[in-house]
Amino acid sequence: MLKKTFIYVFLTIAAIVSIFPFIWMIISSTNLSVDVTQGRMLPGSHFVENFTKLVNSVNLFQAFGNSLKISIWTTVLALLIASLAGYGFEIYRSKAKDVVFNILLLSMMIPFAAMMVPLYQMFSKLSRTAPVLGVNTIVAVVLPTFTTAFLIFFFRQSTKMFPKELLEAGRMDGLTELGLFFRIYLPTMKTTFAAASIITFMSSWNNYLWPLIVLQTPDKRTIPLLVSNLGSSYSPDFGVIMAAIVISTLPTALVFFLMQKQFVAGMVGSVK
Amino acid sequence: MVALNHTMKNRAQLTGWLFIALAVILICIFYFYPMIQALLLSFKTGAGANLHFNGVDNYKRLFSDKTFFTAVKNTFIFLIIQVPIMILLAMIISVLLNDSNLKFKGFFRTAIFLPCITSLVAYSVVFKYLFGNDGLVNLALLKLHILAQPIQWISDPFWAKVTIIIAITWRWTGYNMIFYLSSLQNIDSSIYEAARLDGASSIRQFFSITVPLLKPIILFTSITSTIGTLQLFDEIVNITKGGPGNATLSISQYIYNLSFKYSPDFGYAATVSYSIVVMIIVLSVLQIKLAGENK
Repeated sequence: MLKKTFIYVFLTIAAIVSIFPFIWMIISSTNLSVDVTQGRMLPGSHFVENFTKLVNSVNLFQAFGNSLKISIWTTVLALLIASLAGYGFEIYRSKAKDVVFNILLLSMMIPFAAMMVPLYQMFSKLSRTAPVLGVNTIVAVVLPTFTTAFLIFFFRQSTKMFPKELLEAGRMDGLTELGLFFRIYLPTMKTTFAAASIITFMSSWNNYLWPLIVLQTPDKRTIPLLVSNLGSSYSPDFGVIMAAIVISTLPTALVFFLMQKQFVAGMVGSVK
Repeated sequence: MVALNHTMKNRAQLTGWLFIALAVILICIFYFYPMIQALLLSFKTGAGANLHFNGVDNYKRLFSDKTFFTAVKNTFIFLIIQVPIMILLAMIISVLLNDSNLKFKGFFRTAIFLPCITSLVAYSVVFKYLFGNDGLVNLALLKLHILAQPIQWISDPFWAKVTIIIAITWRWTGYNMIFYLSSLQNIDSSIYEAARLDGASSIRQFFSITVPLLKPIILFTSITSTIGTLQLFDEIVNITKGGPGNATLSISQYIYNLSFKYSPDFGYAATVSYSIVVMIIVLSVLQIKLAGENK
């Protein structure tokens, strides 16, 4: 009995500690900055006021749009490239391909800090010849980040469960190899694609370091850059900043609560 | 017939290569090529884009660079204290949650996982204010008479490190817990029943059954956490800015500062960045070895 009580107390504390910052941030977004500093823990009625102040001081909608564009492009391209590769590695398996696969996996060990300077040089060179692809463009954010060995690995692992007889049946029906991928594999693996899109969207939406380096003018700013900027101001308006953070967390929170199962599957699936 | 089969096989193999070609090209351009470039850069010096080779001078500078050693020391303090705490916590929570008689299981699991949905920047800013001098944490501790004086969570060199450790633990414990939970579900419960019949206590069961069976996942989570901690950037920049002084400066932040904040020194920044590459390789091999030996 004592043991049981202890377990519930322990888990309850862990749950409260985990949720508390969310509650504080939501409550603070509805209060005035003065009340926040005095530790007010009751919901207020100033959310609209904070939101209006936020929209008037920074270009929130533009940043939201930039983030959305970057995340959607990254997700679409990442899924396409990684699923084709994961499928290729597993369905057309050969010794040579397994070697290539293992080499690709090594890229997961490369720290981003070691690549950021050469990548930056690469894109500033591109700026001179093709400004639409160079520094301070959405392309420069998306291009080097959407292909990840992690996602290829994820698709390959999931393809192991794919019933390969379906492909034979498709070949009998005269489908081309690419046709098999799009007409048979893709519809069968919907849940895998859902899980992959969630993790990719999330990490793209939250990406900070590379956009910080490569996006240089305020009109190109993404949501994390905007939040970080607000957070480093000398006279912070807590209500306004918390309103910004609530809004920045909304898309990922929405995805999480709507698709919790795929969300978790996406994170764990690759290790199984 | 054999010959025909052979050409068909060859064609299938070729199709396979086409499926993976784009991914291979992209990873070569955006991972391996920059990696080689960084290695070349690490032997060059100069401001901005005007670079020329200067041999191993950057590496000599590295070994006499006090700021670099401070950054390495800080990063290792985070690593050695934070990663074990988080992994142990994640394991304990997942074992408790795996009990089939537990009520409100879904609620506990969702709540503890929730920090994972926040962006690193967003939660860092929240933590910065929560742990500010007049922040809610101090306010509450003073009101409850646990403290007589506010703790300088952000502006004291010791407490700033503690704040960073608390923050990272908050953000990533639930993430690691999910991995343990999913592999615990694969453990046959009859093992535990047998142990109980033999009179093994739950603590004994934890160490002699659960931990050994979870070893692959422990290895996986400690390697990913190590790689993550060695690359620590978002939290440091947004909570403490590396301060006070350089008390929380991380290696990644130092590389960023060298390249984009001070007058750009791409060559030396690349040298510093290669130190992380070496550390990741050494630590990963060490962890794999360690896990192998205990078998």
